[in-house]
Amino acid sequence: MSDQRPQRVRVTGPPRYSSGPRNRLGDVHEQTPLGDVFLRSLLKEQLALAFRVLVLIALTLGLLPLVFHLWPDLGDVRVAGIPVAWVVLGGLVYPFLLLVGWRYVRSVERNERDFADLVEGPDPGQSS
Amino acid sequence: MNADAVPGLVAVLAVTVTTIAIGTWGLRFSRTTSDFFVASRTVNPRLNASAIGGEYLSAASFLGVAGLLLVGGAEMLWYPVGWTAGYLVLLVLVAAPLRRSGAYTLPDFAEARLGSTVVRSACSLLVVGVGWLYLLPQFQGAGLTLESAIGAPRWVGPLIVGVVVLVNVMSGGMRSITFVQAFQYWLKLTALLVPAMVLLVVWLDDGRPGSPSGSDGAWSVPVAGEGAIGLYTTYSLIIALFLGTMGLPHVVVRFYTNPDGRAARRTTLVVLGLLGLFYVWPPVFAALGRVYGRELVAEGHADVLVLELPRLMMSGLGGELLTGLVTAGAFAAFLSTASGLAIAVSGVITQDVTSRFVGERGPTASVAAAFRLAAVIAVSVPVLVALLSTNIGVARSVALAFAVAASTFCPLLMLGIWWRRLTDAGALAGLAAGGLGAGGAAVLNLVGVEGSGWGAALLAQPAAWSMPLAFATMVLVSLATPSRAPSHARRFLVRLHTPEVLEQAG
Repeated sequence: MSDQRPQRVRVTGPPRYSSGPRNRLGDVHEQTPLGDVFLRSLLKEQLALAFRVLVLIALTLGLLPLVFHLWPDLGDVRVAGIPVAWVVLGGLVYPFLLLVGWRYVRSVERNERDFADLVEGPDPGQSS
Repeated sequence: MNADAVPGLVAVLAVTVTTIAIGTWGLRFSRTTSDFFVASRTVNPRLNASAIGGEYLSAASFLGVAGLLLVGGAEMLWYPVGWTAGYLVLLVLVAAPLRRSGAYTLPDFAEARLGSTVVRSACSLLVVGVGWLYLLPQFQGAGLTLESAIGAPRWVGPLIVGVVVLVNVMSGGMRSITFVQAFQYWLKLTALLVPAMVLLVVWLDDGRPGSPSGSDGAWSVPVAGEGAIGLYTTYSLIIALFLGTMGLPHVVVRFYTNPDGRAARRTTLVVLGLLGLFYVWPPVFAALGRVYGRELVAEGHADVLVLELPRLMMSGLGGELLTGLVTAGAFAAFLSTASGLAIAVSGVITQDVTSRFVGERGPTASVAAAFRLAAVIAVSVPVLVALLSTNIGVARSVALAFAVAASTFCPLLMLGIWWRRLTDAGALAGLAAGGLGAGGAAVLNLVGVEGSGWGAALLAQPAAWSMPLAFATMVLVSLATPSRAPSHARRFLVRLHTPEVLEQAG
């Protein structure tokens, strides 16, 4: 790395002017109908996201006991000399859970940013 | 006492001294009441995640899982998987909103959300109940460990762990405990990982012998036994573990030490990684135990597999050193989990009981005094029970605590956070239904009642019926009492779900 690295320059677009109220956070805190709509939409979206994660877990991990119950012969299947149940539940499941969690955090933070943009209105000073 | 006891004794002493030293060092940072209870909410996600991992990986994880796997095979893999997946459920449903609620304990959350002191008291009762149910096996396990490692009588372990925990909790509160527990996570991981790797090498040198008992059979099928009962038992365990995590008192308290909801989520994510890193090792011990440790199963000592395996596989200095290391890890497991639970239970007892004696809302000194008094109560009761009662198996009794948490606090948190029509009457009815159902089953288990067939299965693994029962009761009674919905519910939900970006801007 050379020390002649150019200084970071902040690039901003032309100022945009909004016609509505600059900050609608007040609407969310005061119980106006508009604030109600905002909160409902955020709640619905976050809940749907959480629900998707839970369904994914239910359809993968949750089905394993049933699968092994219906086809007990799977117990004899081996991967690299190790029974398949041990490979899946003893090892692979942990990176899988971490990956699901990581993707969830990314999505939920994106939702919150969108909500913030919506509530604050177009405001060049607050954009990230 | 013979020479076999030396490595274990040294290990126990070293862990005890280090724990007290770090706790005392942390004391220098512990000046205010806020430090005492919540480490002033300034713990960064990585340190906090290590502390959560250190606190969460109890004796059941360190000793219990390997023993269960050795005896029960793949169906027992659901324990570590459930304990980890519980954090994912916690992450997606509870983590950030719970932090934003500003509640320090579950009773705090219930009171803030529902504005009812009756619900608060019910929650306090449940926290103390779940906490003690979870503390009990820690103390019993400590007795087991010291017996196996240094040949001490059974009562020595609970007493030592009880005293060390009490000293640490009373002296430094949450701030110093955070450092202690973060250290103990890494100690536990090392104490499991290093021996596992060494023993794997020994096994390879040995020519990779297989299990003497031959075919795998049920050992590689992750379902408990045959038929519908086995399937029910497995699913009930999964429900208890996946949903119970969010309702454990010591887990919730930790979330409040995060600076904000976003940090709470990141902390949870790091915890997921740390738990996964830890839980891949107990199966290794179990697999090696199947080759080298058959006599442990025959003698019914599978619980101490992790402690005994190094000596069974290696003779001489190597075996002794590894024995010392795993003993240190096991002892750290008792200390950290017991400390976390003691803090959580003491916090609740302080707020609801002892602060009334010492003078509520008094200066820092008297709050700390109330906290210390509460800590004595929180620790001494389960120690006494551990000394007097018989051992029912570390992981089994922890699973019961999870079942009670899943049937009480899980519906309360989920509905409280996501459903604005929850009422105090509904919450109370649901807590009663789930608490009496799962808690009753737990008590019957503890006193040794056993049925047969379906009765036994429903009693041993209550979560699959008690959790839906609690949920349904909460929803139906809330719908029947719409006029009791607190007027601030909407505003409260706004606070729970409003991103921090806005809080700072607004």
